[in-house]
Amino acid sequence: MKQWRYFLPLAVFLAFVGVAAWQLTQPQDNDVHSTMIGKPVPPFSLPPATKDRPGLSLADLKDGKPKLLNFWASWCVPCAAEAAQLAKLKAMGVTIDSIAIRDKPDQVAAFLAQYGNPYTRIGSDDLSKVQLSIGSSGVPETFVIDGNGVIRYQLIGDVRPETIPLLLEKLEEAGA
Amino acid sequence: MIAELGLAALWLAAALAGLQLAAGALSLRTEAGDDSDLGSVVRPAAVVQGILCVFAFTMLLWLFARTDLSVKLVAENSHSMKPMLFKVAAAWGNHEGSMLLWVTVMSIAGALIALIERRLPERTMRATLAAQAFVGLGFYAFLLFSSNPFERLNPPALEGLGLNPLLQDIGLAFHPPTLYFGYVGLSVAFSFAVGALLTREVTPAFARAMRPWVLGAWIFLTVGITAGSYWAYYELGWGGWWFWDPVENASLMPWLAATALLHSASVLAARDALRAWTIMLGVIAFSMSMIGTFLVRSGILTSVHAFAVDPERGTFILALLAIYIGGALLVFALRAGSVSEGQRFALVSREGALVVNNVMLSAILGVVLLGTLYPLLTEAMGVRVSVGPPYFDPVSAIFALPMLVVMAVGPLLRWRSDRLGRVRWQLAVIGTVALAAAVAVLLLAGAGLLPSLGLVFGAALLVASVLPLKGRSLRLLPLATWGMVVAHFGIAVALLGMASESAFNQEKLAAVNVGETTQVGPWKITLERVDPIAGPNWTALEGVMSARYDGGAPIVVTPQARTFWAPPQETTESALVTRWNGQLYAVIGKEAGQGRWQLRLWWKPFVPLIWLGGLLVALGGALALVGRVATDLRRRSAQRRIAERKADAAT
Repeated sequence: MKQWRYFLPLAVFLAFVGVAAWQLTQPQDNDVHSTMIGKPVPPFSLPPATKDRPGLSLADLKDGKPKLLNFWASWCVPCAAEAAQLAKLKAMGVTIDSIAIRDKPDQVAAFLAQYGNPYTRIGSDDLSKVQLSIGSSGVPETFVIDGNGVIRYQLIGDVRPETIPLLLEKLEEAGA
Repeated sequence: MIAELGLAALWLAAALAGLQLAAGALSLRTEAGDDSDLGSVVRPAAVVQGILCVFAFTMLLWLFARTDLSVKLVAENSHSMKPMLFKVAAAWGNHEGSMLLWVTVMSIAGALIALIERRLPERTMRATLAAQAFVGLGFYAFLLFSSNPFERLNPPALEGLGLNPLLQDIGLAFHPPTLYFGYVGLSVAFSFAVGALLTREVTPAFARAMRPWVLGAWIFLTVGITAGSYWAYYELGWGGWWFWDPVENASLMPWLAATALLHSASVLAARDALRAWTIMLGVIAFSMSMIGTFLVRSGILTSVHAFAVDPERGTFILALLAIYIGGALLVFALRAGSVSEGQRFALVSREGALVVNNVMLSAILGVVLLGTLYPLLTEAMGVRVSVGPPYFDPVSAIFALPMLVVMAVGPLLRWRSDRLGRVRWQLAVIGTVALAAAVAVLLLAGAGLLPSLGLVFGAALLVASVLPLKGRSLRLLPLATWGMVVAHFGIAVALLGMASESAFNQEKLAAVNVGETTQVGPWKITLERVDPIAGPNWTALEGVMSARYDGGAPIVVTPQARTFWAPPQETTESALVTRWNGQLYAVIGKEAGQGRWQLRLWWKPFVPLIWLGGLLVALGGALALVGRVATDLRRRSAQRRIAERKADAAT
């Protein structure tokens, strides 16, 4: 009796319909959330992306002080748009470390020369490896990291004037 | 009045589809051929249904042509200022209109089958048309109850909301209908498969009757995918030509299934083998069109092409899917066992090669389907992921590479049973070319593993695909064989284009002052000036650049950053310079401060081969289609002559 194998396609198809039907009844949520929130940043160590700032490793994030970790790139237009907001945060005394994604030293330098440099450290992530390991999928993104290197909050997209209070509040919660 | 006439025609057509289904299904219980029975209304019903649908669609076109703003669909999707071509294209550039186009093309196909198909036994023919009416009814219900294209707006709008400016492009105006023709062609193949299953008449005659529809659908899908890829490449301004986006996959999956179906139908037509498998692929191919439509329209997967997303419609399509695909798979499960497998063959034979090709195509289809649905599955478990090229590229290559080998060797083999030794000099030629290409790639260096393999396999297939012509009279060669050669050659050409693009692509992002020069690959590009310009419904900043290839004469290149105002939206118009050995791709971005402009420039060696190859594949399909239809017509008139002679002899 080999007839059952002819029912396999039907079974697979019905499983698909079930999942799809369930999915359709779910409320729409278009934000992508990192599954890493509340977890420690995985170990990493990145070389500097430009001459005048040091690179970044996990040890730098675990120095006891909460800070922002900003993912950006010189080729990213919203990153240029958020530069003014990052400068404001920096002026308020917030420490901002960053990782430049798939970038080149001369372009990083040119970008910083043009839009200002709010960063304490800039690691260079040529293959987006660290970015993916931390649960980020695009640029710009900003994470709030507490003094023990645990991810406390993820902001997707550029930092806007209206999101500054939120970031400050999250930093506060992280122990600033 | 025009809208009401269209709606009335649509209701009548739906009623006829109901009649066609009922009469066809009931007549299955009786022997066919008796003109007094219920089954005899099936063919006329299909023909009249087709005429009514064409009428309804014409009414919609008319409403759009005169921008009748008292019709909701027109007000939402058109604008009185639009060029006429885009007014008309707006009729199908939206959800309701495209569904009406779908049903119209499907009913035209039904009418054609009713008028010309004489190869199948009458009972199978009626079962096929009943299955087609069954599928059609779902779409009529969708249109009439959930997405009425003729709905009035009271009071009428003062002005239309316009067509999405991204879609206001000649390529895109004709891209969706092209894919739709493909999907509808597969729905006909689906009806044939169901009809044949119901009457257990899975024969070579069935395969021959179904084949032109599969071929037609496959040609449209090929052209649609090629055009869609080129559109995304030049319109979206990011310089890529394939992103494994769910919407792209939605058109690729039916193409893969249709390609497999085409080859297995050939085995069934020529050798009466692979019966259940061919039926299965007929069901799968159309399922893939519907699942693709569902994924795109329901918004269940997040895609860069976020359009016409609506969970309610998603539910409706899912219900249709469950009924049709589920129903067909149930009939398959119940009946496939009684359709015996047909003739046997050896592994080393034309059939054997086609089976391997089928398995590999199905595997790639599985890979793409899994990758497309995977985010959906993990989300059901509370995890959000996105699946992209790092998964699709290598995993589909695992199956594509052996398939390319079989593509190179298979057409050289004989039907039923063969020895590889018989084609040893051809194998030697293919091997030598592959070896030479491998050495050349290694010497050039710098290319990644997959692009390198693509170059080697592409070169070998390029030569292998023309080998079947050797030793045969080119003038006497059947058109269908020419079609196969051209299509396989096209696959090789496209593969070489893809591999070359990813191996040798050069990119430059620069912020440039007017008068400054920058370089990408062999090109030196000077930004001469930036002009504001105005179009019919947009304004733009146009960069005027002069580009010199390797110190040659300057060519003027003018990329634009456009701003549309109804609705407000910004688009990039990239500028392309095509040379025999590649394409220069230029995009102008935002002003970067201090009078500098952001430029994105690419030099993409041999990239046009991708689309040239796609068109060659479609051309191959067209040659095969013409050849098959001509052969059928000749065979039919020969049979008629024989019958006449017999009748003469009898008197």
